[in-house]
Amino acid sequence: MEKSTERFPLAHVFGFVLSLVLTFVAAWVALEMNLSFTIVMWIIGTLAIIQAGLQLFMFMHMTEGEDGKVNIINIAFMVFCAVVIVVGSIWVLTSGHAAH
Amino acid sequence: MGIKWDEILITGDPIILGSQIAILLTTLGIIGGLTYLKKWTWLWREWITTVDHKRIGIMYIVAAVLMFFRGGMDGLMMKAQTSRPEMSFLDAQHYNEVFTAHGVIMILFMAMPFLIGLMNVVIPLQIGARDVAFPQLNALSFWLFFSGAMLFNIAFVVGGAPDAGWTSYFPLAGKEFSPGIGNNYYAISLQIAGLGTLMTGINFIVTILKMRTKGMTLMRMPMFTWTTLITSVIIVAAFPIFTVALALMTFDRLYGTHFFTVAAGGSDMLWANLFWLWGHPEVYIVILPAFGMFSEIISTFSRKQLYGYKSMVVSIVAIAVLSMLVWVHHFYTMGSGALVNSFFSITTMMIAVPTGVKMFNWLFTMRKGRIKMTTAMLWSLAFVPNFVIGGVTGVMLAMGAADYQYHNTLFLVAHFHYVLIPGVVFAVFAGLYYWWPKMFGFMLNEKLGKWHFWLFVIGFNVTFMPMFFLGLNGAVRRAYTFSAESGFAPLFLLSAIGSVILAAGFAVFCYNIYWSIRYADRNISSDPWDARTLEWATASPVQHYNFAKLPEVKSLDAFWYMKKDNEGLTLKDEEIEEIHMPSNSGLPFLMCVAFGIVGFFLIFEWHLLAAISAVLIIAGLIYRSFDYNDGYHIHKDEIKKTEGAWRKMEGKVNNHVS
Repeated sequence: MEKSTERFPLAHVFGFVLSLVLTFVAAWVALEMNLSFTIVMWIIGTLAIIQAGLQLFMFMHMTEGEDGKVNIINIAFMVFCAVVIVVGSIWVLTSGHAAH
Repeated sequence: MGIKWDEILITGDPIILGSQIAILLTTLGIIGGLTYLKKWTWLWREWITTVDHKRIGIMYIVAAVLMFFRGGMDGLMMKAQTSRPEMSFLDAQHYNEVFTAHGVIMILFMAMPFLIGLMNVVIPLQIGARDVAFPQLNALSFWLFFSGAMLFNIAFVVGGAPDAGWTSYFPLAGKEFSPGIGNNYYAISLQIAGLGTLMTGINFIVTILKMRTKGMTLMRMPMFTWTTLITSVIIVAAFPIFTVALALMTFDRLYGTHFFTVAAGGSDMLWANLFWLWGHPEVYIVILPAFGMFSEIISTFSRKQLYGYKSMVVSIVAIAVLSMLVWVHHFYTMGSGALVNSFFSITTMMIAVPTGVKMFNWLFTMRKGRIKMTTAMLWSLAFVPNFVIGGVTGVMLAMGAADYQYHNTLFLVAHFHYVLIPGVVFAVFAGLYYWWPKMFGFMLNEKLGKWHFWLFVIGFNVTFMPMFFLGLNGAVRRAYTFSAESGFAPLFLLSAIGSVILAAGFAVFCYNIYWSIRYADRNISSDPWDARTLEWATASPVQHYNFAKLPEVKSLDAFWYMKKDNEGLTLKDEEIEEIHMPSNSGLPFLMCVAFGIVGFFLIFEWHLLAAISAVLIIAGLIYRSFDYNDGYHIHKDEIKKTEGAWRKMEGKVNNHVS
C-alpha cells in the first residue's frame, strides 16, 4: 500500500451520516408523528429509495467502474435482486388467503 | 444484569451430561496433547494465522468432517427414537432440539464449509493463481464461520438448544412461544457464520474474474471454477436477505420489535418468505459446486473432455437465475392463491430442464470413455441415479396442488435427503478422494474407500427410501413418536437399520483417513489420476506459492494438452522470479474470538457486556484499516530448492517418482 492516500474519505463519512439521518427520520415519522398508515408508508418508502440511491453513489462505486459493460451487468443484477425480493415479497404476501 | 448463573449449564439429562463430560475430556486432551508435544507455536504460526488458501481450505474441511460427525449423531438419535412405536429414548422437547441442530449443522456447518473448503483448496490452483484475491479476508471468512459454528454447537450444553426447526418459523421461534435463549443461538450464530460466507462469495467472484492466468478465458475455465463463480454470485444475491431476516429476528427476540410477531402489526409469514428467499438459493449454493466437482471427476476418469461444455455453462446460469424465482414452493400451503402457486409451480418445474441437460451431459461424457472405477468415480456414478430419484420426487412436490398432500410429511424429508446426500455428500466425498493427494501428497486408501462407498450408499438408500412410503402413508415430519396402530413400525425400523449402515460407512471413512495418514505410500506422482486441469500441474502437496511459473492456457483441459503436447511442463532457471506473497495475520483469529464473545453475550441478552465487548470488533476493524503490511518476497534460491525437490529442472514433470 505504498500509494496510501492521506486524503480524508469525506464522501464516505458524509454518506454514512446522511444514511443514519434518513434512517432516524424514518423511525421518527413512523413512531412519533400521528399520520395515517398510508402517508407513513409513502414517506418512509420515499426515504428508503433516497437512501438506496445515496448509498449506490457514496459506497457502491457506481461512478468509478472500469467500463460501461461491467456497470450494466451490475445494475441489471441489482435491479433483478431488488425486483425479486421487494416486488416478489409484496406479491406473495398480499395475494390469496395470505392477505387475510 | 440479572444473570442466572444456575441456568447457564444445562443439567438433568443423562445424554447431555455425557456430552458435557466428553467435551470436557476432549478439550483437556487437546490442550494436554498440544502442550506435551510443544505444538502451540506451530499451531499458531502454521495454521491459525495462515492466509494460505490451501491451509484455510483444509481447516474448513476438518471443521466440516467434525460437524458431519455431530450432525450425524443427531440423525442417529432421531432414528433411534423413531425405530419403534412409543419409544422413550428422547422426549418431545429433546427431539425438537435434535432435529433443529441436525438441520442447521448439516446444511450450514457441514455442507457449506466442506464445499467452501474444497473450493479454497482447488479454485486458485485451477485458474493458475497464487492465492485468492483477498487472502486475509479469506482467513476472516473461515474464522467467522468457525466462531458461528462453535457458538451454535455449545448451545445444547450451555443455555439451551434452539428447538424451532432449522427454518425457525415464526410465531413459534418468537419470544412469545420460545421464551428461552435457545433461539437466540440460532439468530446470532448464523448471523456471524453468514458474514463469513458472504465474504467468501465476494472473494471468489473477484478471484475468478480477476486472477485467471494468461490465456484462460471464461470459456476455458474448468467446470468447477464455473460453478464456483456462479455459486459466489448466488451467495452475494441471497445471503444479504438472510442477514436482514436474522437481524429482524434478533430485534424481535432481544428488543421487543414486531416484525414477525402475530400481534401488533407483525407478519409471521414474512419470516417464512424471507427465509426461503435466501433458503432456496442456498440449496443451489450447495449443489452447484458439487455439480462442478462431478464434472471434473467424471471427465478425468472417463478420460474424455466434458461433453457439452457450453450447454453446461448455460445450464448453471439458468439454474442460478431460476433459483431466485422458486422460493414459494416451500410454503404453498400458506395459501397465496392460485396465481402465485401456479407461477412458482412452473418456475420450479423449469429447474428440471437445465438439471436434466447436465445429467445427460455427464452420461454422454462417460459414453465411449475408458472409465476407471476409482472411489471418486464410484461416488460420481452413484450420484446419477440417486440424485434423479431426488429430482423426480422434487418435480412431484413442485406441483402446488399435489403439494398439499405431501407437505410436512416424511415424503418431503426423503426427497430433500435424496437431493442433498447424493448431490452434496457424495460430491464432497468424491472430491475429497480426488483432491486428497493434491492436499497432502498421499492418497486415501482405495480399498477402504470402496467399503466406505458401498456401506454409505446402501445405508443411505435403506434409510431414506422407506421414508417416501412412510410419507405417502401419512407419517409427518418432526414428530417424535408414533403409535403402533399407525402401522408405520416396520418401515421406521428398516429406516433405523439403514442409518446404522450409513454410520458404519462414515466410520470406515474416518478409519480410512487414519489408516492413510499412518501407512499410505508417500512416493506418488504429482498427477496420480492423469488429470486434466491446472491444479495437477504443480507439486503435491502444493508448495505455498502454488506455481513457480504461472502456466499459460491455450484450451479447455489445459494440463491435459500441456502433457499431450509436452509444452510448458518444464522450468528453466532463468524463468524463476521472486514471488510476492501475503503475510500471515493473527487478526482474523482475534476477530473470531471477539465475535464469539459479543455473540455469546447477545445470546444471553447481557446487553451491557455485549456493547462493551463490541469495542473489540471495532478495534479490530480500525487496526486493519491502518495495516500497511505489504507481504513479503520469496527469493529465487528458495524457489529453486523447492522446485528441485519435486521435479527435474528443465526436465519433464515427474510422472512416477519411484
